[in-house]
Amino acid sequence: MYVAVKGGEAAINATHALIAQERRGDPATPELQTRQIREQMKLAIARVMNEGSLYDEDLAALALKQSQGDSVEAAFLMRAYRTTLPRFGSSRAVDTATMAIRRRISATYKDLPGGQVLGPTYDYTHRLFDFALEEEGAAVAPQQAQEPLAASMPRVPDILGAEGLMEAETAPVGDPAPVDITRDPAEFPADRDMRLQMLSRGDEGFLLGLAYSVQRGFGGNHPFAGEIRMGEVSVLYTPEELGFEIDIGDITLTECQMINQFKGSQEAPPQFTRGYGFAFGHSERKAMSMAIVDRALKGRELGEGDKYPAQQEEFVLYHCDMIEASGFVEHLKLPHYVDFQGELELVRKIRQEQVERKQREQAQELA
Amino acid sequence: MTQVQTITGADPHYNYGYLDEQTKRMVRRALLKAVAIPGYQVPFGSREMPLARGWGTGGIQITAALIGPSDCLKVIDQGADDTTNAVSIRQFFARVTGGRTTEKVDEATIIQTRHRIPEKPLREDQILVYQVPQPEPLRKLEPSEVETRNMHAWEEYGLMQVRLYEDIARFGHVATTYAYPVMVNERYIASPTPIPKFDNPKMDMMPALQLFGAGREKRVYAIPPYTRVRSLDFEDHPFTVQTWDKPCELCGSRLSYLDEVIVDDQGSRLFVCSDTDYCEEQRQANASEGAGA
Amino acid sequence: MNELLHSSLSGAQQPILQVERMSRFYGERVGCQAVSFKLWPGEILGVVGESGSGKSTLLRCLAALDQPTQGDILFSEQGEWLNIPALSEPKRRALMRRAWGIVHQNPRDGLRMGVSAGGNIGERLMDAGERNYAQIRRVASEWLARVEIDPDRIDDLPRHFSGGMQQRLQIARVLVSEPRLVFMDEPTGGLDVSVQAKLLDLLRALVRDMGIAAVIVTHDLAVARLLTDRLMVMKDGFVIEQGLTDQVLDDPQHAYTQLLTSAVLV
Repeated sequence: MYVAVKGGEAAINATHALIAQERRGDPATPELQTRQIREQMKLAIARVMNEGSLYDEDLAALALKQSQGDSVEAAFLMRAYRTTLPRFGSSRAVDTATMAIRRRISATYKDLPGGQVLGPTYDYTHRLFDFALEEEGAAVAPQQAQEPLAASMPRVPDILGAEGLMEAETAPVGDPAPVDITRDPAEFPADRDMRLQMLSRGDEGFLLGLAYSVQRGFGGNHPFAGEIRMGEVSVLYTPEELGFEIDIGDITLTECQMINQFKGSQEAPPQFTRGYGFAFGHSERKAMSMAIVDRALKGRELGEGDKYPAQQEEFVLYHCDMIEASGFVEHLKLPHYVDFQGELELVRKIRQEQVERKQREQAQELA
Repeated sequence: MTQVQTITGADPHYNYGYLDEQTKRMVRRALLKAVAIPGYQVPFGSREMPLARGWGTGGIQITAALIGPSDCLKVIDQGADDTTNAVSIRQFFARVTGGRTTEKVDEATIIQTRHRIPEKPLREDQILVYQVPQPEPLRKLEPSEVETRNMHAWEEYGLMQVRLYEDIARFGHVATTYAYPVMVNERYIASPTPIPKFDNPKMDMMPALQLFGAGREKRVYAIPPYTRVRSLDFEDHPFTVQTWDKPCELCGSRLSYLDEVIVDDQGSRLFVCSDTDYCEEQRQANASEGAGA
Repeated sequence: MNELLHSSLSGAQQPILQVERMSRFYGERVGCQAVSFKLWPGEILGVVGESGSGKSTLLRCLAALDQPTQGDILFSEQGEWLNIPALSEPKRRALMRRAWGIVHQNPRDGLRMGVSAGGNIGERLMDAGERNYAQIRRVASEWLARVEIDPDRIDDLPRHFSGGMQQRLQIARVLVSEPRLVFMDEPTGGLDVSVQAKLLDLLRALVRDMGIAAVIVTHDLAVARLLTDRLMVMKDGFVIEQGLTDQVLDDPQHAYTQLLTSAVLV
């Protein structure tokens, strides 16, 4: 005798207990502290802050602990939390020209004002395991330089711009306030403010793949890394109650400007075009990929066509958000049996009708 | 503003219903616009919710914007109150409102549903909130949002009718068994969400307000009470609903949508009502009849 | 130009299309310039010239696929003149679906390759509100026969058709809603010579039977001779000569037209 299955609620509560157990792992091992994650997994923290669209290293650390290191799950926690936060207003746009540089390189010049500051990077390491890291070790103290870094580190695109060689980033007519994709729904065709916002919180892997496709010829040409800079900037904000501007803290940012093939026409002299990438924390791969894709999406305005995925605005912007993508892909795990029942029934019916029709045809032939 | 937070049982760390009041107002404004233009997809500033996109965040935001202390909430998925997603959503609202929830459709003022309409006819004082994965009925025919927006604006729906023609030419039937497109108020083609086509007729002239929320796609739409809703078809190939050879194994109903259940390794199957509340009610009615006889 | 001759040709007093000093510029570049002509119901107008002459630009503006920079394109609809470039987008699109047709040079541009032949022909009917499946199939079968495609192929996809068949299918798809005005861009371009001749015969018969007015762009003077009543010759964006087809081809006045006609055995 078939009895309807009940008890879903109890089963769900049990899953919560099970993941808590998984997350803790072997109780004999010391529990992970969120401040350890914050201090020693900075690059994971950066990714979670970017894709969670929220700058808070402590929260990002908690998110990573709670999600057992799954960065999409962690970013999801950040986004959901963000929904509950009240909005006081907007800061002044951060000025990356005044960044306290910790790393700044350019592939387009051998040397430039301020120099090539290599900073902390894996670029020149050999990818060999350092088995010493399996044990705790003494702190490393790099040697201090003789002189401080240059006070002025002009951005490479600005150097080119001074000569008129780089397309200017001009505000749209009337200089309207930028759209806010966290408040208002996206509208297509997308303007640049919307594109940049969506790319900045897009999944690094997705954008990396698209950037790679552009370099290999699917919609673009070989870009040059005009400049990549990473360091701290001040966030300046004018609270209504005070009426004057205050410095509410520093955040770490990575900025990348890609320089692309020059464009020009009969009237307009040729200029380099640019792609812009921006990310919280130290996130070079993300900033570089974003800059390449930003430039590819300018194809519509520059009349370059949209034959390839990286040039197709709706394709790129709809599918780069990992929270939305993972939600929809993973929703396939939800019950779909009611709809499947409909499909089953239809397939059976059509097959039955085909069998009957063949039988009738054969009967007719024999007759 | 703060009085709702003292309601017993509601989690004090969050505003009533999780969303802040400005956001709720934004959602309600979008809903009013939707009700004014039946079947038209209204963009709205969809927020990230603690449940994943694709798992009902659109429906949840609508419910969160509407729910109040006097409401009673029922949540179903595949017609059942006890499926994992329905349980999860009901628990969420219990936590952020401390309000009443129920499994009985009669007691509910708001019913949030995934993929089914309750078997029992709804009343004028009830609101049915649908979870919508893909609000755009033309999306499979035309991937571009810019294009489909134009098609709705210019009422260029020939392509949809062509799709039905193609199915009949190839299979002899329209090969769509769920999310079967409907014409709302004779103006906009809308997706009824992936409900089985069996449920489509219930939408026509329904006394309850029907609201549709797509969180990931960031659209809401609405069918006001007593609105004409017509499933697309041809005169000589009219719209038909599914039927079964057997009644529900548990309550004997021949009127409701039945789920197939495999009961042994040989693949033997039987059929039971998808709407668990309805099935329960039928069984109780059978029992009292039996007792009376 | 003898207007009396025109109205006696078509048996009607009023033109269906009036183009007045229409130009299309792309910045400094001239697409077409100062084009003026009238078209009467049932009349077939040819536009010939080399590539770069502006004939395709002209066609695109006439067919409302592009917006002219200057000038008027007046279409006669129920006794009134509609200025096409000034129409709102919904009205223009409704007009395009109802009163006009466009036959593209490449049939793949004018057909839905993933939809069956019957569906392609039936689409305009369904757009106009036809809701009887059997009726749609009947009309589609009739039209397949009329364009000399075996009606048994009604459920086949166009990608399984030859180039000539695809073009005939496109023509059926366009003509099924009985438009009053049809634009064709090199309708026989890309087809075998033998196939071309058959197609031209078919086009001529259909257009005459249905009393359609048509504007046909071609670089091929033989096509112009066979199909058109009147001819406009374009060079560098200007119309340098227009008149009855036979007159223009047999007794060209402009030096360039003389060059064109002498280069080809017509």
